[in-house]
Amino acid sequence: MNSPLASTVLFYVGPVPISQAIVTTWAIMVVLVLGAYLLTRKLGLKPTKRQAALELIVTTLDTQIVETTGAAPAPYRGFIGTLFLFILVANWASLLPGVEPPTAQLETDAALALLVFLSVIWFGVRGSGIRGYLKSFAAPNPIMIPLNMLESVTRVFSMFVRLFGNVMSGVFVIGIVASLAGLLVPIPLMALDLLTGLVQAYIFAVLAMVFITAAVEGGKSDAPASSPTQKET
Amino acid sequence: MDYLSLASIICAAFAVSFGALGPALAEGRAVAAAMDAIARQPEAANTISRTLFVGLAMIETTAIYCLVIALLLLFANPLLA
Repeated sequence: MNSPLASTVLFYVGPVPISQAIVTTWAIMVVLVLGAYLLTRKLGLKPTKRQAALELIVTTLDTQIVETTGAAPAPYRGFIGTLFLFILVANWASLLPGVEPPTAQLETDAALALLVFLSVIWFGVRGSGIRGYLKSFAAPNPIMIPLNMLESVTRVFSMFVRLFGNVMSGVFVIGIVASLAGLLVPIPLMALDLLTGLVQAYIFAVLAMVFITAAVEGGKSDAPASSPTQKET
Repeated sequence: MDYLSLASIICAAFAVSFGALGPALAEGRAVAAAMDAIARQPEAANTISRTLFVGLAMIETTAIYCLVIALLLLFANPLLA
């Protein structure tokens, strides 16, 4: 059985090895971008069935963002929505035979978490300036500066290990059961995997949103003590 | 097989088994509390179950960490390299 931490290299572009996860990631990106382009080409004031379905997705995203942050969803919609949709499609890609979800590779999750880390800095600086953002590290008092800096790294780390572990363990268990028991036995596990994939995509997006909100709110000088942030593993 | 790999295998099994204990108890408590809340207030079932799923995934993460450590021990052990 292959190690879940190793990646299979398909071919080389010059000196750069191209693994299976990269190919799947690019395929998902092409599907998402092309789908978004084709589906939103003819938008009208009087929505067609297709547009109504799309609006339903966007409205759901907006509602979730508003419920999490309490702020207007417009600046975050693109980033959070893309994160959620990409992770969801990537997790559910395991349904296609022969496709291993790219989120079951540590590198993909690390890249996504790095995006979240950078976007927290970006939104924090944009919300309250560099001074305000840096001041948010000294939040209760300056003694907490090293701890806050450490936390901003470890929470992102735990975020990508969480996504990796959940998706990878699903793939791994299905592989074991299929090799032990036979063809149709892992189907209930795959159904459970669908739920796990959805919940993990949701959690990843919500956590990214919570971190961004914490950075934006923490930078404000008159930040209320009861900002909608939750402490996190 | 030398004793380092033996110890790794045993420790991986221990990590998963004991790492599953705590989250299992915690998830049981969380689900029980959520069922209680839904029984009292069936109209809040949507919010409760959404929060429950997020909470369960958070709790489950601790078990997943143990699984990741166990897989590291089995497949990418730095001591055996």
